[in-house]
Amino acid sequence: MGDPPMPNPFIGKVSPALGEADGADGIDFSLECPLPSSRHDRITLGHGGGGRLMHSLIDRVFKKAFNDPALAAAHDGADLPSPPGRLAMTTDSYVVHPLFFPGSDIGAMAVNGTVNDLAMCGASPLYLTASFILEEGLEMATLEKVVASMAGAAAAAGIRVVTGDTKVVERGKGDGIFICTAGVGAIGHNLAINPASVKPGDAVLLSGDIGRHGMAVMAVRENLGFTSDLRSDCACLWPGVEALLKAGIQVHCLRDLTRGGLATSLVEISGTGKVRILVNESAIPVGEAVQGACEVLGLDPLYVANEGRFVAFVPASEAERALAALRSTVHCEGATRIGTVESGNGVVMKSTIGASRPLDMLSGEQLPRIC
Amino acid sequence: MKFVDEYRDGKSAAEYAALLAGITTRPWTIMEVCGGQTHSIVKNGINELLPEKITLVHGPGCPVCVTPAEILDKAMELAARPDVIFCSFGDMLRVPGNATDLFQVRAAGGDVRIVYSPLDAVKIASENPAKEVIFFAVGFETTAPANAMSVIEAKRRGLRNFSLLVSQVIVPPAIGAILSSPANLVQGFLAAGHVCTVMGFREYEPIAEKYRVPIVVTGFEPLDILQGIAMCVLQLEKGQAIVENQYSRSVRREGNQPAQEAVARAFRIVKRKWRGIGEIPASGLGLAEEFFLFDAEARFGPVAYGADAASECIAGQVLQGVRKPPECPAFGTKCHPDHPLGAPMVSSEGACSAYYRYRRTASAGTS
Repeated sequence: MGDPPMPNPFIGKVSPALGEADGADGIDFSLECPLPSSRHDRITLGHGGGGRLMHSLIDRVFKKAFNDPALAAAHDGADLPSPPGRLAMTTDSYVVHPLFFPGSDIGAMAVNGTVNDLAMCGASPLYLTASFILEEGLEMATLEKVVASMAGAAAAAGIRVVTGDTKVVERGKGDGIFICTAGVGAIGHNLAINPASVKPGDAVLLSGDIGRHGMAVMAVRENLGFTSDLRSDCACLWPGVEALLKAGIQVHCLRDLTRGGLATSLVEISGTGKVRILVNESAIPVGEAVQGACEVLGLDPLYVANEGRFVAFVPASEAERALAALRSTVHCEGATRIGTVESGNGVVMKSTIGASRPLDMLSGEQLPRIC
Repeated sequence: MKFVDEYRDGKSAAEYAALLAGITTRPWTIMEVCGGQTHSIVKNGINELLPEKITLVHGPGCPVCVTPAEILDKAMELAARPDVIFCSFGDMLRVPGNATDLFQVRAAGGDVRIVYSPLDAVKIASENPAKEVIFFAVGFETTAPANAMSVIEAKRRGLRNFSLLVSQVIVPPAIGAILSSPANLVQGFLAAGHVCTVMGFREYEPIAEKYRVPIVVTGFEPLDILQGIAMCVLQLEKGQAIVENQYSRSVRREGNQPAQEAVARAFRIVKRKWRGIGEIPASGLGLAEEFFLFDAEARFGPVAYGADAASECIAGQVLQGVRKPPECPAFGTKCHPDHPLGAPMVSSEGACSAYYRYRRTASAGTS
């Protein structure tokens, strides 16, 4: 499993401190590890130490939940079949506070986020790696809940969790759980799906309403006391992309809208693709709960994070067919056309009152305004 | 969304644009006082709908922009202390003082927390009795009532570890200062709807009369602003100079009296220095004697005011409506939101930041 293990201070000696802390279990009498891990209701430094505690954690939590033959082989790496054609590969890290928020949690987010990055290459999800950086003192039940959520999301997305790693950092040096992933996907098409393929005349499609993830997390993190149905949009986007490809749409570019929101993604694509993107503000769906929270805090939903939304650039002549394909899939029922690509540069938004303004990236994160 | 979409309706906006084109016969210069209005004007492209003869200039009503560097320096000095939890509204964290900003103080280990209400800071104080909790009480009459309630509540709870670093300013003296300036170009005002929701608009009536300027209390949505401009232009064209209330769904002439009572109890009128403008007599609020113990300056030493350092930045003239952000030699070159030289480039309500973000250049015309 990944890196060579760290020296384990507990191996080869009895740890009276640990023994006392966990009470007299009196079940495992081996000198190496006096404590059966089943009695640990919290993560200790020993769980990252490479010894029995760690192996027990891997067996009891990770292998059990992910239930994959590659994991069961308990080797340093996974030996996997390769599909014909090209591969897509991506990596990502997940840090979110709180770990559980309305609509999702860090586990499902880590799987969906990685699967979505593969989907944006037009790749079907194959393999996922998962490295966990756990903070000493994390409740075992919390870890089990996160891992179960990951396993559920992976099964739903059809991606195998094939290898992983666990490290434990001292209390105060982590935020409960950090998850790092890598994903591999199979590209079964001959399209060049990237910003350089975006052409003047393309239609800009958006897969649904924006801003739900960012506002849902902010509402619980900052204890804003909104009693609304604000829920993260965290979801797997492969079904939507698969529907576009199966319908034979000449997809030019896909981009999932994460940090920085819709505006930032459009600015990135405009810059890389060297095109001008015109969007219509009144065509962009924003739910009432998100809009209301944004109005109260002085935030712009165009810059709020999403975890289950993407934009697609397709030839205008195929826009209606593409929308029909998207709308037939779960999570993309609200897909709509929000704009058009022209030659030139920059992103221009036609405001609701009919005037136009350029959109730019923010210099940092959005901060709530004073009044 | 109800109560929002109807004020952003394109068809009605076009009707106001046509109305304004019909009634405007001469060039007029109108100042919107509030940074929230500046933001809305630039974000929604309202300037594009106005006749060329109407010039909008942006006023000093951005609390982030007018907070003096010396108070910010004091804030950072306090926030860096290991015994202090420093609480602030979010957009103050990026504002540079003379040397650094609160984000950098936080990165260096200071306990700086963003709160959404000053009462959250009171709660933090009661949960952390071993720490001094200081709230950065910044803003106009809009933030004053909640800030007043925080010290009233802290006193009621008997908290001895809560204080306010106060930088409260009030609008009418600033309007008076702008109108008294020989460089003044402003012929009519859109007064700030939220400030007047709290304070009412009786205090603007003597200003309108003394300086012969129309003042229209105006809201923040695109149609509010277009209607406010139309009401102001109608007065200017007719030679009228009275206070009118466009934002009647929120503002009453007498304002919100319980809020005013809280402000009157917790604060007293004091002179204040405005960043980029200078000292204006009786233009701010300081804590009343009853709350002396909750004054961070009394507890940790007063702010040391000095002369503003010489700079290319023309923030002061921008804040008084004398010059536009793109006229500044540093605009968009040495000064941009990632490296602001002056406060109006920091807040999303600041005129320079709004211009930069929406890339309105002088050649784009109208505003």
